[in-house]
Amino acid sequence: MLDFPRWRVWMLNILIIVGVAFAIPSLLPTSMRAQLAQFVPTPTINLGLDLAGGSHILLEADTSQLAEARLEALEDSVRTALRRTDPQIAIADVSRSEGKLSFNVTDMSKVDAAREVILPLISNAMGARDWDLGVNNGNRIVLSPVSSGDETALDQAMDTAKDVIDRRINALGTLEPTIIRQGENRIVVQVPGLEDPEALKALIGKTAKLEFKLVDEQADPDQTAQGKARVGSQVLPYPDNPTGLPYIAVRRLGGISGDKLVKADPTFDQQTNEPAVTIQFDSEGGQRFARMTQQNVNKLFAIVLDGQVISAPQIREPIFGGVSQISGSFTTESANALSISLRSGALPVDLTIVEERSVGPDLGADSIRRGILAAVIGTTAILVLMFLVYGRFGMYANFALIINVGLILGVMAFANATLTLPGIAGFVLTIGAAVDANVLINERIREELKRGRRVVQAIEFGYKEASRAIFDANSTNVIAAVLLFIFGSGPIRGFAVVLMIGIVTSVFTAVTITRMWVSHWVKNTRPTELTI
Amino acid sequence: MKLLKVVPDDTNIDFLKWRGWAFAISLLLMAASVGLVATKGLNFGVDFIGGQMIRATFTQSAAAPVAELRETVGSLGYGDPTIQRFGAENQVSIRMKLPDGADKNPELANAMAEKITSKLKADHPDVRIDGVDSVSGKVSEELFSKGILALLAAMAGVSIYIWFRFEWQFGVGAIWSLLHDVTLTFGLFAITGWEFDLNIIAALLTIIGYSLNDTVVVYDRIRENLMKFRKMEMASLLNLSVNETLSRTVMTSVSISLPLIVLVLFGPDVIFGFSMAMAFGIVVGTYSSIYQAAPILIWLKVGSHSFVPTDEGTGSKAERIGADFGAQP
Repeated sequence: MLDFPRWRVWMLNILIIVGVAFAIPSLLPTSMRAQLAQFVPTPTINLGLDLAGGSHILLEADTSQLAEARLEALEDSVRTALRRTDPQIAIADVSRSEGKLSFNVTDMSKVDAAREVILPLISNAMGARDWDLGVNNGNRIVLSPVSSGDETALDQAMDTAKDVIDRRINALGTLEPTIIRQGENRIVVQVPGLEDPEALKALIGKTAKLEFKLVDEQADPDQTAQGKARVGSQVLPYPDNPTGLPYIAVRRLGGISGDKLVKADPTFDQQTNEPAVTIQFDSEGGQRFARMTQQNVNKLFAIVLDGQVISAPQIREPIFGGVSQISGSFTTESANALSISLRSGALPVDLTIVEERSVGPDLGADSIRRGILAAVIGTTAILVLMFLVYGRFGMYANFALIINVGLILGVMAFANATLTLPGIAGFVLTIGAAVDANVLINERIREELKRGRRVVQAIEFGYKEASRAIFDANSTNVIAAVLLFIFGSGPIRGFAVVLMIGIVTSVFTAVTITRMWVSHWVKNTRPTELTI
Repeated sequence: MKLLKVVPDDTNIDFLKWRGWAFAISLLLMAASVGLVATKGLNFGVDFIGGQMIRATFTQSAAAPVAELRETVGSLGYGDPTIQRFGAENQVSIRMKLPDGADKNPELANAMAEKITSKLKADHPDVRIDGVDSVSGKVSEELFSKGILALLAAMAGVSIYIWFRFEWQFGVGAIWSLLHDVTLTFGLFAITGWEFDLNIIAALLTIIGYSLNDTVVVYDRIRENLMKFRKMEMASLLNLSVNETLSRTVMTSVSISLPLIVLVLFGPDVIFGFSMAMAFGIVVGTYSSIYQAAPILIWLKVGSHSFVPTDEGTGSKAERIGADFGAQP
């Protein structure tokens, strides 16, 4: 029990030195750390947002809207494919309901031909089906979504959304955001040091789906006011409509979407001198835009952003070259935000902010200062108490405790863990609990001495008998900490991490390391008396 | 050198004598806690009921003008705010329900925060906005159910562990004493009206871990003694076990409480409730391992017959066998 071979002593010492060395960079001031980083890697402990200050934003995607968009895209591609088939396959009575797309093939004999055309459209690259194809009543084709297809679509959309958000935030400049997907349909954005999240939220909350649609100029304004549109048209909100009516009717088809942009920049309208955004289409988009403007000279076209019309100018002449200007009631800021959003692409799904937390840097700094103060006072009090109660063995426990503090910091730095405010509390608590193992051991040694055992034997028994309780007690704590980590979020996780690391390192230092020192002392002095 | 003794040698307090009283008082307190939570309710933070919380410090004032704030913020047309001081006198948290429709349109929540903070800044140039939390109804419901789930899972998890390591009666004792500690902590928050947020769930889980820590040490000694003194009457055996581990219990409770007391006194105000919950939990947890977890074993008829001596108690077994050998010739 008290026998320590030399190699084990060496191993333990190296482990301590390496572990504590990892803690050093985190304790240095930033300038020194930067100097040190030139020679050796300096992993450091991250400060959580509640300590460093900054913003945490949780975004959730609207999954139902995604399914709707998929259905719409499917309808579009099916219609186009059937139209392009030679000879054309006519369909009628198209309906989208309950997530399914169904239509009649007018000519019964062409159902099989239609199926052949559609099948490649509904299979993905892996050869699996995204949609099931069924035929009712001989000529009604029904396409219903396969659940795995929905999942894949959501997964892809979320990945794209994450990239888009990343590009948009990077456009804001020197922030160091953390953007991670959470669960199926959520994205967490954390930006340390950001005091005013308004600009950020304006940027990531916008879907930035740009469309150009022809205005339905034959629409009856009374009908439009009631939200009713003719067949083939739809009513969209138009808050800045010069006619005063906040709605406008637009044609459903024949428009183009603004996802084929290569450039978007804030600018000023040359006539009105108001902020505007210039956009440049890629070559394909440019050609379509040219065709659309060419065919509809003198008509009105609506510029639709996220389902809302921002302006509806007249096409005075065909626009070639793919450059266009979007004007509406912009401010310089909103024109800038829109051009960033357009440049980084539209979000494939609408994202809503479901949780937002921001912490000012002053509060964080105050928390760190007072947290550290509490930790220092608490630790000192424990060190004094342990010495007063257990003397020599108390000092062993104290040195172990100090090493433990270093190890916790070292492991956290090595794992690049995040220290949060509850984490500091966890730290303070761990320090208090770490000596428990030593208390158990020392009390047991006392008892064994009282029972009349000799010193060496009492020490041996003390370690052995106490270790069972130490093991059980720490196991239950690990269980609680693991559950805390699984169910907790944000700062709470930081707390759980400190607890887990602390439990492991404290058992190591309080049991193994002190035993090494005790055995060294026993071997060298052969004590016959022990005050404990 | 003369060492400090936290508990004098040969202490033999008849703890179990008062077990009936202790149990009655505990039941009463638990019932009161449940009643308080049911009638008065907990002061849930935005984490659990959704809404918006703005934290502000009036840097140049001795105390935050709570009554005035209630008036001015209330007049903005977003309903009545819940305003509380937290920590220092000049720090407040202003809690608001999210405006209708904010779930769909977060702009509305933004607008509200913007309006309140600019009003504060206009009326009080010294105000410092320390943070804004907005939590939607959906997320808060999730956080709440996850929190409750974590508590239940932790209690069940550690009790099952105890059941495996000891006997089922010990598992029952453990879960009962945890239920006791958690219920009383809920009661504390109901009676004081301190804000109950995510941090408190973390505190409760920690209390579960450390209350059990104590229970395990006492149980470990009970098991050892059950195998050592096979004829001793259960109540005396429990008393012996509690007394034997008493100095450890006191010492550990003190060493855990010390930093917690420091945290309550000097720690960051934001986690005041958290630190208080833990300090309270340590006290209640220590009490419950002596007066709830141990006596339950009597009522569940644990005795030396519950344990067949195995290799587990090696040390004590070796001692007994040695004694037997001595008696034989």
